This record gives sequence, C-alpha cells and structure tokens, in this order.
Amino acid sequence: MRRKRPALVLTFASTAQAIAAEALFTKSGLPGRMIPVPAQVAAGCGLAWKAEPEDKQALLDALAQTGYAYEACAVVEMFA
Amino acid sequence: MIYLDNAATTLHKPPAVAEAVAVALATAGNAARGAHGASLSASRAVFETRQKLAQLFGCPRADHVVFTMNATEALNIAIYGLLAPGDHVLSTDLEHNSVLRPLYDLQARGAAVDFVPADRSGNVCYDDFERLFRENTKAVVCTHASNLTGNVLDLARIARMAHAHGALLIADASQTAGALPISMAELGIDVLCFTGHKALMGPQGTGGLCIRPGVDVRPLLRGGTGVHSYDKDQPPMYPTRLEAGTLNSHGIAGLNAALDYLLQEGVAKIGARERALMRRFYDAVREIPGVSVYGDFSQPGRAAIVSLNIRGYDSSEVADVLFTDYGIATRPGAHCAPRMHEALGTVKQGAVRFSFSCFNTEQEVDAAARAVRELAE
Repeated sequence: MRRKRPALVLTFASTAQAIAAEALFTKSGLPGRMIPVPAQVAAGCGLAWKAEPEDKQALLDALAQTGYAYEACAVVEMFA
Repeated sequence: MIYLDNAATTLHKPPAVAEAVAVALATAGNAARGAHGASLSASRAVFETRQKLAQLFGCPRADHVVFTMNATEALNIAIYGLLAPGDHVLSTDLEHNSVLRPLYDLQARGAAVDFVPADRSGNVCYDDFERLFRENTKAVVCTHASNLTGNVLDLARIARMAHAHGALLIADASQTAGALPISMAELGIDVLCFTGHKALMGPQGTGGLCIRPGVDVRPLLRGGTGVHSYDKDQPPMYPTRLEAGTLNSHGIAGLNAALDYLLQEGVAKIGARERALMRRFYDAVREIPGVSVYGDFSQPGRAAIVSLNIRGYDSSEVADVLFTDYGIATRPGAHCAPRMHEALGTVKQGAVRFSFSCFNTEQEVDAAARAVRELAE
C-alpha cells in the first residue's frame, strides 16, 4: 500500500483566490503545488495548495500581505 | 470589403487573438474544474485575464471581475442583482435594449423607472438627473457612450450625483471599453459592464462586469462552480458567486491576448486613432447637401461613430447599396436603441451608422465619404 505522510493543505473560497495564491507563492519562491481539495479537509471539490507542514508560516505570511485569504489550513495524512 | 461596423463587433483583431483561441481549443481543460494540468492552465489563463481587465478598468480586485457571455448578460446580472420591485431607477434615452428591456421588465414587476431625456443632438441635461432622483432611487443605469450617436455621458458627474443620493452607478461600457480610458475608481463607477468583442478586440462570447468591493450583487444564475459543491446556494465569494457553469475559456484566452495588445499599445493611443478616422469622415460628409449627421461632435472624447441619413432614403436601402455597390459594411435601422431614435426623430427612417476601428485606413474612410457623396447627388 502506498505510504502516507503529513502534508499541509490550504484551501480557498474560490478558484480565483486559489490561482491568485498560486501566483503569489510561485513568485515568492515558496514551495508546494495545487491539488484537488482532499476530502479530509473539505467535502466537495475545488483547489488546494499542498506543501510541507513546516512551510505553513511562510505561506501564511505571504498571503497576509495580499487581499487574498485562505479558507482552511490543515495538516493531513496524504500520499507521499 | 471596407468594414465600418466596429460598433457592432470589431472584425479585424490582433492576429494573436485567433492564435490564442486555437491554442486554447487544443489545450485548455475546464477552468475551476480540477487540479490536473489542463484544468489548471485554463484556470491560470482565466485569472490572468481577470488581472488584466482589473488593470485596464481600475477595478481594485481581480476577483471582482466576473465573466459573462456578453455585455447584455453582464447588465442583466447587475440590474436584476441589485434592483427589486419597489426600487426607483434612473436611466437615459441613450440606452441600448440591453439596459432598456431589463428595466422595462423590472418596471412591470413594480419598480419605478425614469429616463433622462435626450435632445435632438443626443445630449442629456445633467440637471434632469438631479430633478429625477427620489428617496428610493437605488441606482443609475446608463451607457458610457451611445451606440447610435457616439455621444459620451459624463460618468464622473453622474456618479457624484448618484452617490450623493445614496444610489449606485451601473455603467454600460459596451462602446467605450478599449476605446476610451476608463478608471472605475476615478469615475466612481460601482459596476462596470463590458463586452469583449468590440473595442477590446476579443472573441464574441466574452464579456463581463467589474464590481466595486462592497457592492452586493445577487446571483442571476445558479449552478456548478467547482467549489463548495455541497452548499445549496451559490458560494458567496466573487467571481464564483456570479459565474455558474463552465466559462468560455477558449474565448477568454483570445480576450487575454487582445488585452496584451491593448495594454501594450495603450487605449488612449488606439482611441485617438479611431477618433481621428471618425473626424476625417465626419468632416468629409457633414456639409454634403442632403446628408444629416446625428450627434454632438463638439465632444472631444466620444465614441468613433458617425450616424447619418441621406435625403429621405430608407437607411436600410442606403446600407444595402453601400455594401452591394461599394463593398462598405455599415449598420442601418434601429441599432437596438429605440429611445435614442425617438429623440433624434429617426424612428421611421433609421440611420446608417459608420463606426471605426484603429485598423481602418484613411483610404477606407475617404472611399466611404465618396460613396456617401455619390448617393446624395
């Protein structure tokens, strides 16, 4: 069975906000990538940013500098 | 063909527009519908286009740029999303049916609507706005420029009056977006409705509205959004709130490329070129015996439109002869602007509208003027 390990997941209220966050993180050289929102964080669909748990503060600090907010921030077990 | 029907749609687009649409057709997934590469690249292109539109129109937030299929849909969203039976609305005689028909429908449902009249030059008296405001006036809905005469309205002045009365300004920029510099913040526009296929030079099937943060527009359509799928109502956040269903990512990709061209060249420069061609044509035809030109050409920043009639000839017949004998494409008839024609006294005859693009040439303009002169003889 495929191994799992903790991952940081940030979700957003809209795709526009998710893409804006992606552009911000990429421009700032912050790690991570877009994934479908994991069911453990929110049921349904949408985009989320997946990164290492230790990247949390840097990502939140970057978001705080813009008008874009995240909806949920969680550390969940995901495929490695 | 000499294409002088740019107020209906621009025919000559920057080549990058068609190229971008072709690339998107072959590569774009469904924007906001997944996290695989094809969907993400569509989502990124859509958001990039929102950013460029926000930049172009001085909209404070890119996520307050909402895509629609055209300006009519945008205006319907704004009008039905902000107004209700019992409200009072102000508008003008300059409006297109995309404003008039939703307002007439609201009127039938119990809203009160007043129209600021236009004179025989197509101008309004701004004191009339002041006279018509009521305690329950919720919004002024008006065009930035008449699609028949090209006359512009002083939106900054109207916004100041509207805001002083606690009302919003919903502006129809169908004839000016891409042709005149527009800053929502500077002009005081609360909701700006635009089409992508006219002076913005994008594909048909694109348009939208830019909403000032804090303005609460109720959704007109409800459906799939790609987020919050288990919620029974539309997600509350813009733009998702007003964008139910799959976006026209292919068209938006073309609009994105068109915006690159506009932002690089500059709207002021493009608009000045269009108006120079308009002025050249106007100067060549205005004193031809038997030719009646409509509108106020003393306005420096007007839309590049010259509407005219030749003697008592039916405008449809004139446009037909212009196309069949001279290869010149114009637009006759009513132009979906019934109140404007009533104000000009041209309901029966209609008018022949010549509308210019920055891609037209002086030679084309001169050929059109010669054709008008010949028909008037």
